[in-house]
Amino acid sequence: MEAINHLPFIVGSYAAAFVVVALLVAWVMIDFRAQRRALADLERRGFARRSAAAPAGAALAQAKEEA
Amino acid sequence: MSLIDLANPSRFLKFADRVLPWLGGVTVIALAFGLNQAMGAPDDYQQGATVKIMFLHVPSAWLGMLAWGIMSIAALGTLVWRHPLADVAAKAAAPIGAAFTLLCLITGSLWGRPEWGTYWVWDARLTSELVLFLLYLGVIALWRTVEDPSRAARAAAILTLVGAVDLPIIKFSVDWWNTLHQGESVFRFGGSTIYPTILVPLLVMAVAFTLLFVTLHVAAMRNEILRRRVRTLRLMQAQATN
Repeated sequence: MEAINHLPFIVGSYAAAFVVVALLVAWVMIDFRAQRRALADLERRGFARRSAAAPAGAALAQAKEEA
Repeated sequence: MSLIDLANPSRFLKFADRVLPWLGGVTVIALAFGLNQAMGAPDDYQQGATVKIMFLHVPSAWLGMLAWGIMSIAALGTLVWRHPLADVAAKAAAPIGAAFTLLCLITGSLWGRPEWGTYWVWDARLTSELVLFLLYLGVIALWRTVEDPSRAARAAAILTLVGAVDLPIIKFSVDWWNTLHQGESVFRFGGSTIYPTILVPLLVMAVAFTLLFVTLHVAAMRNEILRRRVRTLRLMQAQATN
Protein backbone atom coordinates (compact mmCIF):
# COMPACT_ATOMS: atom_id res chain seq x y z
CA MET A 1 0.00 0.00 0.00
CA GLU A 2 2.81 2.38 0.99
CA ALA A 3 4.71 1.58 -2.22
CA ILE A 4 1.60 2.43 -4.29
CA ASN A 5 1.12 5.70 -2.39
CA HIS A 6 4.72 6.69 -3.06
CA LEU A 7 4.84 5.47 -6.65
CA PRO A 8 4.20 8.92 -8.21
CA PHE A 9 7.24 10.34 -6.37
CA ILE A 10 9.49 7.47 -7.50
CA VAL A 11 8.23 7.56 -11.10
CA GLY A 12 8.43 11.36 -11.08
CA SER A 13 12.09 11.23 -9.99
CA TYR A 14 13.06 8.74 -12.69
CA ALA A 15 11.08 10.67 -15.32
CA ALA A 16 12.84 13.91 -14.29
CA ALA A 17 16.23 12.17 -14.53
CA PHE A 18 15.36 10.84 -17.98
CA VAL A 19 14.28 14.29 -19.21
CA VAL A 20 17.36 16.06 -17.79
CA VAL A 21 19.79 13.48 -19.24
CA ALA A 22 17.96 13.44 -22.60
CA LEU A 23 18.12 17.25 -22.78
CA LEU A 24 21.85 17.21 -21.97
CA VAL A 25 22.58 14.60 -24.65
CA ALA A 26 20.42 16.45 -27.20
CA TRP A 27 22.12 19.78 -26.37
CA VAL A 28 25.59 18.29 -26.87
CA MET A 29 24.65 16.55 -30.14
CA ILE A 30 22.75 19.50 -31.67
CA ASP A 31 25.53 21.90 -30.70
CA PHE A 32 28.16 19.60 -32.26
CA ARG A 33 26.26 19.43 -35.55
CA ALA A 34 25.73 23.20 -35.58
CA GLN A 35 29.44 23.96 -34.98
CA ARG A 36 30.59 21.37 -37.51
CA ARG A 37 28.18 22.77 -40.11
CA ALA A 38 29.31 26.34 -39.46
CA LEU A 39 32.97 25.31 -39.70
CA ALA A 40 32.39 23.37 -42.93
CA ASP A 41 30.50 26.35 -44.39
CA LEU A 42 33.38 28.73 -43.59
CA GLU A 43 35.98 26.31 -44.95
CA ARG A 44 33.96 25.88 -48.14
CA ARG A 45 34.17 29.66 -48.59
CA GLY A 46 37.93 29.40 -48.25
CA PHE A 47 38.36 30.47 -44.65
CA ALA A 48 40.51 28.06 -42.73
CA ARG A 49 42.84 28.25 -39.77
CA ARG A 50 46.50 28.95 -40.54
CA SER A 51 47.42 25.42 -39.48
CA ALA A 52 44.71 23.89 -41.68
CA ALA A 53 45.26 22.83 -45.28
CA ALA A 54 43.43 25.67 -47.03
CA PRO A 55 45.54 28.82 -47.29
CA ALA A 56 43.79 31.58 -45.38
CA GLY A 57 45.73 34.29 -47.16
CA ALA A 58 44.23 33.32 -50.52
CA ALA A 59 40.76 33.26 -49.00
CA LEU A 60 41.27 36.71 -47.53
CA ALA A 61 42.41 38.08 -50.86
CA GLN A 62 39.43 36.48 -52.62
CA ALA A 63 37.02 37.88 -50.02
CA LYS A 64 38.54 41.35 -50.43
CA GLU A 65 38.10 41.12 -54.19
CA GLU A 66 34.46 40.03 -53.77
CA ALA A 67 33.87 42.90 -51.33
CA MET B 1 50.12 9.83 -25.55
CA SER B 2 50.61 11.46 -22.14
CA LEU B 3 48.00 13.60 -20.41
CA ILE B 4 50.01 16.78 -21.01
CA ASP B 5 49.93 16.10 -24.78
CA LEU B 6 46.14 16.40 -24.66
CA ALA B 7 46.45 19.95 -23.32
CA ASN B 8 46.40 21.21 -26.89
CA PRO B 9 43.07 21.91 -28.63
CA SER B 10 43.90 20.08 -31.88
CA ARG B 11 45.18 16.98 -30.07
CA PHE B 12 42.19 17.10 -27.74
CA LEU B 13 39.81 17.11 -30.74
CA LYS B 14 41.48 13.99 -32.17
CA PHE B 15 41.39 12.35 -28.74
CA ALA B 16 37.69 13.23 -28.28
CA ASP B 17 36.76 11.84 -31.72
CA ARG B 18 38.50 8.59 -30.85
CA VAL B 19 37.24 8.04 -27.29
CA LEU B 20 33.69 9.43 -27.41
CA PRO B 21 32.06 6.40 -29.14
CA TRP B 22 33.68 4.09 -26.57
CA LEU B 23 32.84 6.33 -23.64
CA GLY B 24 29.24 6.60 -24.84
CA GLY B 25 28.94 2.83 -25.17
CA VAL B 26 30.44 2.12 -21.74
CA THR B 27 28.18 4.79 -20.20
CA VAL B 28 25.01 3.24 -21.68
CA ILE B 29 26.03 -0.23 -20.41
CA ALA B 30 26.92 1.16 -16.96
CA LEU B 31 23.61 3.06 -16.72
CA ALA B 32 21.61 -0.01 -17.79
CA PHE B 33 23.45 -2.16 -15.24
CA GLY B 34 23.05 0.47 -12.54
CA LEU B 35 19.32 0.88 -13.16
CA ASN B 36 18.90 -2.89 -13.10
CA GLN B 37 20.71 -3.02 -9.75
CA ALA B 38 18.66 -0.10 -8.42
CA MET B 39 15.34 -1.67 -9.40
CA GLY B 40 16.40 -4.99 -7.84
CA ALA B 41 17.47 -3.40 -4.55
CA PRO B 42 15.26 -4.17 -1.54
CA ASP B 43 13.02 -1.53 0.05
CA ASP B 44 14.40 0.28 3.08
CA TYR B 45 12.97 -0.85 6.43
CA GLN B 46 11.94 2.72 7.28
CA GLN B 47 11.55 4.52 3.94
CA GLY B 48 10.09 1.66 1.95
CA ALA B 49 10.24 1.96 -1.84
CA THR B 50 11.12 5.67 -1.82
CA VAL B 51 14.73 4.66 -1.17
CA LYS B 52 14.90 4.06 -4.94
CA ILE B 53 14.99 7.85 -5.37
CA MET B 54 18.34 7.80 -3.56
CA PHE B 55 19.96 6.02 -6.53
CA LEU B 56 19.39 9.18 -8.59
CA HIS B 57 19.52 11.83 -5.89
CA VAL B 58 22.89 11.01 -4.31
CA PRO B 59 24.90 10.56 -7.57
CA SER B 60 23.35 13.80 -8.90
CA ALA B 61 24.44 15.64 -5.76
CA TRP B 62 27.97 14.24 -6.01
CA LEU B 63 28.23 15.11 -9.71
CA GLY B 64 26.95 18.65 -9.13
CA MET B 65 29.76 19.16 -6.61
CA LEU B 66 32.37 17.31 -8.69
CA ALA B 67 31.64 19.52 -11.70
CA TRP B 68 32.20 22.66 -9.62
CA GLY B 69 35.39 21.09 -8.25
CA ILE B 70 36.63 20.51 -11.82
CA MET B 71 35.65 24.08 -12.74
CA SER B 72 37.63 25.36 -9.73
CA ILE B 73 40.78 23.48 -10.82
CA ALA B 74 40.24 24.75 -14.37
CA ALA B 75 39.78 28.28 -12.97
CA LEU B 76 43.28 28.04 -11.47
CA GLY B 77 44.52 26.89 -14.89
CA THR B 78 42.93 29.98 -16.44
CA LEU B 79 44.14 32.52 -13.89
CA VAL B 80 47.61 31.11 -13.13
CA TRP B 81 48.74 29.43 -16.36
CA ARG B 82 46.27 31.00 -18.84
CA HIS B 83 45.95 27.63 -20.47
CA PRO B 84 43.54 27.67 -23.46
CA LEU B 85 41.96 24.34 -22.56
CA ALA B 86 41.37 25.33 -18.92
CA ASP B 87 38.58 27.79 -19.66
CA VAL B 88 37.19 25.45 -22.34
CA ALA B 89 36.93 22.75 -19.64
CA ALA B 90 35.32 25.16 -17.16
CA LYS B 91 32.80 26.55 -19.63
CA ALA B 92 31.83 23.07 -20.87
CA ALA B 93 31.35 21.71 -17.33
CA ALA B 94 29.03 24.49 -16.12
CA PRO B 95 25.75 23.51 -17.88
CA ILE B 96 26.32 19.82 -17.10
CA GLY B 97 27.00 20.55 -13.43
CA ALA B 98 23.94 22.82 -13.32
CA ALA B 99 21.77 20.04 -14.80
CA PHE B 100 22.97 17.50 -12.21
CA THR B 101 22.45 20.00 -9.38
CA LEU B 102 18.93 20.74 -10.66
CA LEU B 103 18.25 16.99 -10.81
CA CYS B 104 19.50 16.67 -7.24
CA LEU B 105 17.08 19.42 -6.13
CA ILE B 106 14.13 17.91 -8.03
CA THR B 107 14.68 14.35 -6.80
CA GLY B 108 15.39 15.60 -3.28
CA SER B 109 12.13 17.51 -3.31
CA LEU B 110 10.21 14.46 -4.57
CA TRP B 111 11.88 12.33 -1.90
CA GLY B 112 11.23 14.88 0.83
CA ARG B 113 7.47 15.04 0.33
CA PRO B 114 6.71 11.44 1.35
CA GLU B 115 9.50 11.27 3.98
CA TRP B 116 9.40 14.71 5.61
CA GLY B 117 5.91 15.80 4.59
CA THR B 118 7.22 18.76 2.60
CA TYR B 119 8.80 19.39 -0.79
CA TRP B 120 11.13 22.06 0.54
CA VAL B 121 12.54 23.34 3.80
CA TRP B 122 15.16 26.07 4.24
CA ASP B 123 17.64 23.88 6.05
CA ALA B 124 21.41 24.21 5.61
CA ARG B 125 21.93 21.30 3.20
CA LEU B 126 19.04 22.18 0.88
CA THR B 127 19.81 25.89 0.92
CA SER B 128 23.54 25.43 0.23
CA GLU B 129 22.66 23.09 -2.66
CA LEU B 130 20.26 25.73 -4.05
CA VAL B 131 23.05 28.31 -3.72
CA LEU B 132 25.29 26.00 -5.81
CA PHE B 133 22.60 25.86 -8.53
CA LEU B 134 22.31 29.68 -8.50
CA LEU B 135 26.11 29.95 -8.73
CA TYR B 136 26.01 27.71 -11.81
CA LEU B 137 23.40 29.99 -13.39
CA GLY B 138 25.58 33.00 -12.53
CA VAL B 139 28.66 31.51 -14.20
CA ILE B 140 26.69 30.49 -17.30
CA ALA B 141 25.20 34.00 -17.51
CA LEU B 142 28.68 35.52 -17.17
CA TRP B 143 30.02 33.39 -20.03
CA ARG B 144 27.13 34.51 -22.20
CA THR B 145 27.37 38.18 -21.25
CA VAL B 146 31.04 38.82 -22.02
CA GLU B 147 31.67 38.37 -25.74
CA ASP B 148 35.45 37.97 -25.66
CA PRO B 149 36.10 34.37 -24.44
CA SER B 150 39.39 35.20 -22.68
CA ARG B 151 37.86 38.08 -20.71
CA ALA B 152 34.79 35.98 -19.90
CA ALA B 153 37.08 33.14 -18.77
CA ARG B 154 38.89 35.33 -16.23
CA ALA B 155 35.67 36.75 -14.78
CA ALA B 156 34.07 33.29 -14.63
CA ALA B 157 37.22 31.83 -13.04
CA ILE B 158 37.09 34.38 -10.20
CA LEU B 159 33.39 33.69 -9.59
CA THR B 160 34.08 29.94 -9.70
CA LEU B 161 36.84 30.15 -7.09
CA VAL B 162 34.66 32.33 -4.83
CA GLY B 163 31.79 29.87 -5.30
CA ALA B 164 34.01 26.93 -4.35
CA VAL B 165 33.51 28.04 -0.74
CA ASP B 166 30.03 26.53 -1.04
CA LEU B 167 31.40 22.99 -1.57
CA PRO B 168 32.61 22.36 2.01
CA ILE B 169 29.48 24.12 3.28
CA ILE B 170 27.31 21.61 1.38
CA LYS B 171 29.44 18.67 2.52
CA PHE B 172 29.59 19.58 6.22
CA SER B 173 26.24 21.41 6.53
CA VAL B 174 24.67 18.34 8.12
CA ASP B 175 27.43 18.28 10.76
CA TRP B 176 27.68 22.02 11.42
CA TRP B 177 23.95 22.71 11.71
CA ASN B 178 20.89 20.89 12.95
CA THR B 179 19.24 19.93 9.65
CA LEU B 180 16.16 18.03 8.57
CA HIS B 181 18.38 16.39 5.94
CA GLN B 182 19.98 13.21 7.20
CA GLY B 183 23.64 13.13 8.22
CA GLU B 184 26.51 11.67 6.20
CA SER B 185 25.89 7.97 5.59
CA VAL B 186 28.22 6.85 2.77
CA PHE B 187 31.69 8.41 3.14
CA ARG B 188 32.17 8.78 6.89
CA PHE B 189 34.60 7.78 9.60
CA GLY B 190 33.70 4.34 10.87
CA GLY B 191 32.31 3.17 7.53
CA SER B 192 29.03 3.51 5.70
CA THR B 193 25.78 3.11 7.61
CA ILE B 194 23.98 1.81 4.51
CA TYR B 195 23.40 -1.92 4.19
CA PRO B 196 25.39 -3.48 1.27
CA THR B 197 22.27 -4.53 -0.68
CA ILE B 198 21.45 -0.82 -1.05
CA LEU B 199 25.00 0.58 -0.94
CA VAL B 200 26.29 -1.49 -3.89
CA PRO B 201 23.57 -0.32 -6.37
CA LEU B 202 24.15 3.24 -5.15
CA LEU B 203 27.89 3.02 -5.89
CA VAL B 204 27.21 1.39 -9.29
CA MET B 205 24.85 4.26 -10.16
CA ALA B 206 27.47 6.76 -8.94
CA VAL B 207 30.04 5.20 -11.31
CA ALA B 208 27.49 5.23 -14.19
CA PHE B 209 26.63 8.90 -13.54
CA THR B 210 30.34 9.77 -13.39
CA LEU B 211 30.88 8.08 -16.77
CA LEU B 212 27.90 10.02 -18.12
CA PHE B 213 29.44 13.25 -16.84
CA VAL B 214 32.85 12.46 -18.38
CA THR B 215 31.24 11.60 -21.75
CA LEU B 216 29.15 14.77 -21.80
CA HIS B 217 32.06 16.90 -20.64
CA VAL B 218 34.47 15.63 -23.32
CA ALA B 219 31.74 16.14 -25.97
CA ALA B 220 30.92 19.64 -24.68
CA MET B 221 34.63 20.56 -24.64
CA ARG B 222 34.92 19.42 -28.26
CA ASN B 223 31.93 21.64 -29.13
CA GLU B 224 33.49 24.61 -27.34
CA ILE B 225 36.80 24.24 -29.21
CA LEU B 226 34.87 24.09 -32.51
CA ARG B 227 32.81 27.15 -31.48
CA ARG B 228 36.01 29.12 -30.89
CA ARG B 229 37.36 28.10 -34.28
CA VAL B 230 34.11 29.21 -35.91
CA ARG B 231 34.36 32.53 -34.05
CA THR B 232 37.95 33.06 -35.21
CA LEU B 233 37.07 32.30 -38.83
CA ARG B 234 34.02 34.59 -38.71
CA LEU B 235 36.25 37.39 -37.41
CA MET B 236 38.64 36.71 -40.31
CA GLN B 237 35.68 36.80 -42.70
CA ALA B 238 34.40 40.08 -41.24
CA GLN B 239 37.91 41.57 -41.43
CA ALA B 240 38.22 40.50 -45.06
CA THR B 241 34.89 41.95 -46.15
CA ASN B 242 35.48 45.32 -44.44
